Amino acid sequence: MSDTGLAYEIWIGLEVHVQLLTESKLFCGCSTRFGAPPNTQTCPVCIGMPGVLPVMNRRAVELALRAALALNCQIARLTKWDRKQYYYPDLPKGYQISQYDLPIGLDGHLEIEDPKGRFPRKQIRIQRVHLEEDAGKSMHDEKAGLADSRIDLNRAGTPLLEIVSRPDIRSPEEAKAYLEELKLLMWYLGVSDCNMQEGSLRVDANVNIQISTPDGPVATPIVEVKNMNSFRAVERAMAYEVQRQYEEYLRTGRKKGDPGVHKTTWLWDDGAEITRPMRSKEESSDYRYFPDPDLAPVVFTEEEIESARQALGELPASLRRRLQTDWGLPAYDAEVLVGQGQPFVDYFLQTAQSCGDPKLASNWMQQDVLRLLNERGITIQQYPVSAEELARLLSKVRQGGLTTSRAREVLARMVADGCSMEAAIQALGITEVDESELLALCEQLVRENPKTVAEVRQGKLKAIGALVGQAKKKNPNVDPARVQQSCLKLIQESGQ
Amino acid sequence: MAISREEVQKVALLGRLLLDPQEVDIMTTQLGRVLDYMALLREVDTEGVQPMAHAVEMANVFREDRAEPSLSRELALANAPHRDEECYRVPAVLGEV
Ligand SMILES: [Zn+2]
Repeated sequence: MSDTGLAYEIWIGLEVHVQLLTESKLFCGCSTRFGAPPNTQTCPVCIGMPGVLPVMNRRAVELALRAALALNCQIARLTKWDRKQYYYPDLPKGYQISQYDLPIGLDGHLEIEDPKGRFPRKQIRIQRVHLEEDAGKSMHDEKAGLADSRIDLNRAGTPLLEIVSRPDIRSPEEAKAYLEELKLLMWYLGVSDCNMQEGSLRVDANVNIQISTPDGPVATPIVEVKNMNSFRAVERAMAYEVQRQYEEYLRTGRKKGDPGVHKTTWLWDDGAEITRPMRSKEESSDYRYFPDPDLAPVVFTEEEIESARQALGELPASLRRRLQTDWGLPAYDAEVLVGQGQPFVDYFLQTAQSCGDPKLASNWMQQDVLRLLNERGITIQQYPVSAEELARLLSKVRQGGLTTSRAREVLARMVADGCSMEAAIQALGITEVDESELLALCEQLVRENPKTVAEVRQGKLKAIGALVGQAKKKNPNVDPARVQQSCLKLIQESGQ
Repeated sequence: MAISREEVQKVALLGRLLLDPQEVDIMTTQLGRVLDYMALLREVDTEGVQPMAHAVEMANVFREDRAEPSLSRELALANAPHRDEECYRVPAVLGEV
């Protein structure tokens, strides 16, 4: 684990906030659309005017229930809302409406695995899943020279789901895998688009290490790390912070539970690739939660919970398993295909079914199809070639009617012209070379190249490449593999 | 006394209230009386009584997820003591990025 020889175990717990895919805010009808000009999506409810009443968004509760079920949580039959009180300029009411003691979901788990096998498949326990409202955005105004902050309340009152894991994450790689799996799950569920650039997924981490010392196990003080703006940043921040805590322990011997040692908050500096301690907020932990008297509790019946469970659909983990067991794909392929979303997987299943070769379909989708989607920034639903049409092309490749490189050209033409496979083949001037034509060509080559033939006879099998090259020049439609096979056969037969 | 001066001072700080020593005395006495009165509830036998989540016996009050027009920016910012064309302006927020 380190050069000074003390082994340690990493303990990471992640707090993730995802923005729910609703049209309107949690307690009012203001739009949640990202990117609107500042302070154009607010109303008396979300800017905290006196006397207003919040009313719960039905869709937000449904999405929270979906997410909690998919994370294998116990669902609260009665859930309520509480006020978390603190003063901050981007929090207009002076409190945030959140859930304290009766969150929607408790005690769940999320399974993670690594297709590269760096860690075994494992379950990360989920402590709680709850619904809350977002705050506004404060921007420091450098150029004003007055050290003012500017406040935009468009985001205030946007529904967020907070998902808190237990400290079961044992490495930076596991942290990244957990986030990727969580993001994929929320995306499949239609709960959130988890776009980090637009702030619809935010991550804070609690991290410390358990060091094995000669005097027994010792835990370092817990550090909360904030300001990580990508999954890669989380991975790097965790790796840095673990090493920093280890070195600090060696230097100071400070440990969790010592007098005067508290949890501290550090900010990840992505440019400098270090964490820096944040100025501590005094009394920050005293939020004086109490039930919000303006909001009625929500009661879920058994039937509602059961029907929400039925409506979850197939989730990524199960889909990956199915692609491996029923369709014989390697773990890596399943990971890539499922990672592209349900419609992409549906397209794959249709193609694989129709052409009868799942691995071939998977290869083509990961390479040719995905490349075009990325180049054009489009989704599989906008891909110009249907699954049926791609399957017909792949069937032709399987039957030897087209070489892979020729088929690539055909697909590119189908994409460009939006035409059928036949039309593309014709437009490219590709004609199928039949058996007798091929044989005639090979006989000619063997006859005209006695030197090459002699070399092949002496065991220099590579020499046959010269014949294949000539064949392609004479007729670009020939399949090089078939030319090679046929020429070899002719040379062997003529030598006997 | 049901509440100490220190507790009153802490609550005042959390509520961003500036109390002079005399006001702290008054609040300590008054809040203490309120808490003493509330302590009467301890005498009630609550064995087997379901905890109450809300004073009104009502649940599942929802609105449908439909976006509706918001305030104009001018109206939203109308009461702000300090503002510019787009935003509320407040004293610098420190300790965050
Ligand atoms: Zn609003």
